[in-house]
Amino acid sequence: MTRALALIPLLVAVVFGGFFLWGLDPDRNPNDIPSVLISQPAPEFTLMDVEGLATPSFERADLVGNPGPVIVNVFASWCVPCRAEHAVLTELVESEGQRLFGINYKDKPEDATRWLAELGNPYEKIGADSTGRAGIEWGISGVPETFIVGPDGTVLYRYVGPVVGDNAVEKFREALVQAGALERGVSG
Amino acid sequence: MTPEIGHFALALALAMAIVQSVLPMLGAARGNILWMQSAKWSSLGQVFFASIAFIALLQAFVTSDFTVKNVVENSHSLKPMLFKVAGSWGSHEGSLLLWVLILTVFGAAVSVFGSNIPDSLKARTLSVQAWISVGFITFMLFTSNPFDRVFPPPVDGQDLNPLLQDVGLAMHPPLLYFGYVGFSIVFSFAVAALIEGRVDAAWARWVRPWTLAAWISLTAGIALGSWWAYYELGWGGWWFWDPVENVSFMPWLMGTALLHSAIVTEKRDAFKSWTILLAILTFSLSLLGTFIVRSGLLTSVHAFAVDPERGLYILGLLAVSIGGSLALFAWRAPVMEPGGIFKPISREAGLLINNLILATATGIVLFGTLYPLFYEALTGGQKLSVGPPFFNAAFIPIMLPLVFVMGIGPFLSWKRADLPGVFQRLRVVAVLAVLATLAIWYVVRGGPVLGYFSILLAIWLFMATLKEWTVRIKLFDVPFAESRRRAANLPRSVYGMSLAHAGLAVAMFGFIGSSVWKTEEIVFVRPGSQIEIAGFDVTFEGLERVRGPNYVADRGKLTVMQDGRFVAELFPESRYYPVAESNTTESAIRSTMAGDLYASIARPASEEAGAGGALTLRILYEPLVNFIWIGSAMLVLGGGLSLSDRRLRVGAPRRGSAKKISNSAKIPAE
Repeated sequence: MTRALALIPLLVAVVFGGFFLWGLDPDRNPNDIPSVLISQPAPEFTLMDVEGLATPSFERADLVGNPGPVIVNVFASWCVPCRAEHAVLTELVESEGQRLFGINYKDKPEDATRWLAELGNPYEKIGADSTGRAGIEWGISGVPETFIVGPDGTVLYRYVGPVVGDNAVEKFREALVQAGALERGVSG
Repeated sequence: MTPEIGHFALALALAMAIVQSVLPMLGAARGNILWMQSAKWSSLGQVFFASIAFIALLQAFVTSDFTVKNVVENSHSLKPMLFKVAGSWGSHEGSLLLWVLILTVFGAAVSVFGSNIPDSLKARTLSVQAWISVGFITFMLFTSNPFDRVFPPPVDGQDLNPLLQDVGLAMHPPLLYFGYVGFSIVFSFAVAALIEGRVDAAWARWVRPWTLAAWISLTAGIALGSWWAYYELGWGGWWFWDPVENVSFMPWLMGTALLHSAIVTEKRDAFKSWTILLAILTFSLSLLGTFIVRSGLLTSVHAFAVDPERGLYILGLLAVSIGGSLALFAWRAPVMEPGGIFKPISREAGLLINNLILATATGIVLFGTLYPLFYEALTGGQKLSVGPPFFNAAFIPIMLPLVFVMGIGPFLSWKRADLPGVFQRLRVVAVLAVLATLAIWYVVRGGPVLGYFSILLAIWLFMATLKEWTVRIKLFDVPFAESRRRAANLPRSVYGMSLAHAGLAVAMFGFIGSSVWKTEEIVFVRPGSQIEIAGFDVTFEGLERVRGPNYVADRGKLTVMQDGRFVAELFPESRYYPVAESNTTESAIRSTMAGDLYASIARPASEEAGAGGALTLRILYEPLVNFIWIGSAMLVLGGGLSLSDRRLRVGAPRRGSAKKISNSAKIPAE
């Protein structure tokens, strides 16, 4: 075995060590998923409506010029947390008067229709993203994800995962307050 | 007062370790036999004091001594006794104490049972082992003292994470640590050999039982962890390529490679520097696992309370131990003389392929696990995650050829093998395996080609292993009585190998069946709802509230029918632990050899859910999943059989002449 060959393991270990040292930076939180979209204009996208559903579809233009911020929720009938989240979103729409748009991500139209028939449909408009293209544009990392979009079409906030449980709901409501969609102290 | 005794004992163990890390090493260098032998007493002393420390912590947990911070954070007076005990290693500090205890146990075991190991090698090995002890005990004393007190003491504890309150999991860490830490002694042997500058067949023979023992524990530990994920977490799966799973899997893969390359070093005096490197890397990967789990470097469902300062300390430990040993390797390995020569077709070559594949597979897992970190560092903060699709796509195609080679390998003879002859013998096996696969395809239909191909290889491995055994005992070639005599006389290590190889084949059926032919239904149910899955008709009967010792649960009742006949009742639970303020899902499983019917329930959203008491019911059918546990048990048992082989039994007198083992020509090929 030559000397150079015997050095390789050490060199690899040193390189790894360098990355580890960098990774230990106390300001770094690996659980934090930033969005490149925050305070950027919402991405360009056009969606078809969900086949067999009366709810109309929407595109980027529908997110611009609204009187207040709107919520854009990415959901799917195959996604279990979405079921859990559904009640929270419904509550926001029905008792708080929020406006909710849905992106139905990689779903079969008949499944989505049945799902909404079963749970109720709080969405004002729903676009069918059967290919997942819009999901890529929005940079989602999974389903569900929920965005708050300002009247000028700017993405103000992104929530990854289901808005379920007191903590998450509190966080999301706070974001709505900040966005000016909700008055502080009003409780559901 | 006992916590202080524990703390003090830990400090004494450190003192012992410091002495042991210097004195025997110096003794070996100067040929001072007394100094070398001091390692025996200091290693026993380390175990003694580490045990006292551990018992002190155990006592604090068992008596629910809430003046100890660690007990407050991880226990509760109402918790069942088993989990009070398990709580002592459920936290970062406690598990570290267990780590140290096992580390010292292995050191002492070598000094007690390793009477056939030359004094100087033993002394150096124990010194290296003591360096590791020093590193970890100081880590505990300076950053993670399990005996810290709180004042004023709270009335009751905060409870152990409810997910961890499971019998399987109570046993999982000790076994896993025995595996992880067991490789430390192999590492110490390797470093000692590098310091001595001598590696030979005898060295490999002394090291093998320890490798085997560590490997057995690690196998059992990983299998138990996987079992826990499957039965307790209610995720409906047994492996998720989560970083923490991966870091336990990497030492296993490397350790498996080491186990096999050490055979070559032992029998043929070849692969020496490679075996040494594997010994170093296996333990390095164990250390890396400890680092990743405890530093918060990567996101994971596991992870202890995270503290960058601790991370920095372990990174320092890593730099010294891994960096130091690899530097030593780079310095000393090139001068080690190469050993036995072999042809490209030989058992050595077969084991080389085994090693290359296992090392590549380890590299893939390592790369996939750390890629998010690399990516984030190189792109300046952008994140991504590497999930099962990557691992499945990269890992499985690498491992399948290994399974093929595993069928052939045991037929190959050392030095030079007759490949056409081997294929001749395996012709029938190959034909039968193809026929069996076709039969399975005919019955099952559907499913990807890769699934059937994997099944084919699993059958191939199983039958080739069986065939190898029948060839050994000359079944049907000689009278049956003669075969029986041969079977009885085969060394246990041969049975160990066959059992372990067959075990992998059996486990493969489970891996394949439950990942390729799994069916899943997620539905919203109300009492009376019916679901059909994999030929079963499942009816959700209703929900009742039950009360456990430290939780309340909603228990669903499901009736399972098949073709109009009653099959089983399932009771999945959704538990709430008021003290820890958390929920767990207790899945219900109807387990048969053909497959598991697996049900779990969850309440949608919170109380405000307007769904009128409806629940989310998740039902899965996982075919053949029990084969995984059976196969794992066979792996462990096979390792145990091999370990109990007379040849490896530590301290047993050698058979035959008292001549020093230099070559193994006389010993039957393994």
